Amino acid sequence: MPEEEPRQKSLAMVVMSGDMDKLFGAFIIATGAAAMGMEVTMFFTFWGLRAIKKNVSTGKTLFGRMLGLMYGGDIMKANPSKFSFGGMGRWMFGKMMGNHNVSKLSELRDLAIDLGVNMYGCQMSMDVMEMPQESFIDGVKEPVGVGFFLLKAQDADIQLFI
Amino acid sequence: MSDETKIDLELDLKGLLCPLPMVKVSQNIGKVEVGGVIRAIATDPGAMADIPAWAKSTGNEVLQAEKVGGEFVFLVKRVK
Repeated sequence: MPEEEPRQKSLAMVVMSGDMDKLFGAFIIATGAAAMGMEVTMFFTFWGLRAIKKNVSTGKTLFGRMLGLMYGGDIMKANPSKFSFGGMGRWMFGKMMGNHNVSKLSELRDLAIDLGVNMYGCQMSMDVMEMPQESFIDGVKEPVGVGFFLLKAQDADIQLFI
Repeated sequence: MSDETKIDLELDLKGLLCPLPMVKVSQNIGKVEVGGVIRAIATDPGAMADIPAWAKSTGNEVLQAEKVGGEFVFLVKRVK
């Protein structure tokens, strides 16, 4: 009897957080799922957008430029959700993780792209936060909306909100 | 078992932490033919759970997962 090829499993994830610890969780799960043969969709919205941004300044309007200054940089600027201490926490966790040979956040994200993880910016947040597609790293797909995400989530075996 | 199994690819995963041992196995499994075997040596204890889970999910087979001193030695067979 011919064995039936099982359907490819899939994971759909919203990444709303820009916190270092939560981004670690998001990218570790995404890379792991891709390695396990799953189709992975990551939908980046609001604070999560910086995780796919290049280190470029953004913003057109006064508020947009202020946000670009205050929430600027790229993924390596992400602070932990606790023990932030104005950047000290980032440095400390960076040291601790380096000592334990944990990959950098940017490396994990780039690995995720290499493994074929599908990353999308949320069009509405991009407009509000004035972060255009050109400010994102290569490999991020064209922006989508919540309808697209929900379609992916409906069909997914795992749905996560981070 | 390890003495008689033919190894097609050696993988050094020492020092790597989650999720990299599993990711490296998945990135390298295509380098051996179907039926071929990878020997992977990791130091992350989490790999003892993760690599068998990876194999189950991807339809491959772990012939051996063994703690040898401070290291974890896996024989992973490509099934498809």
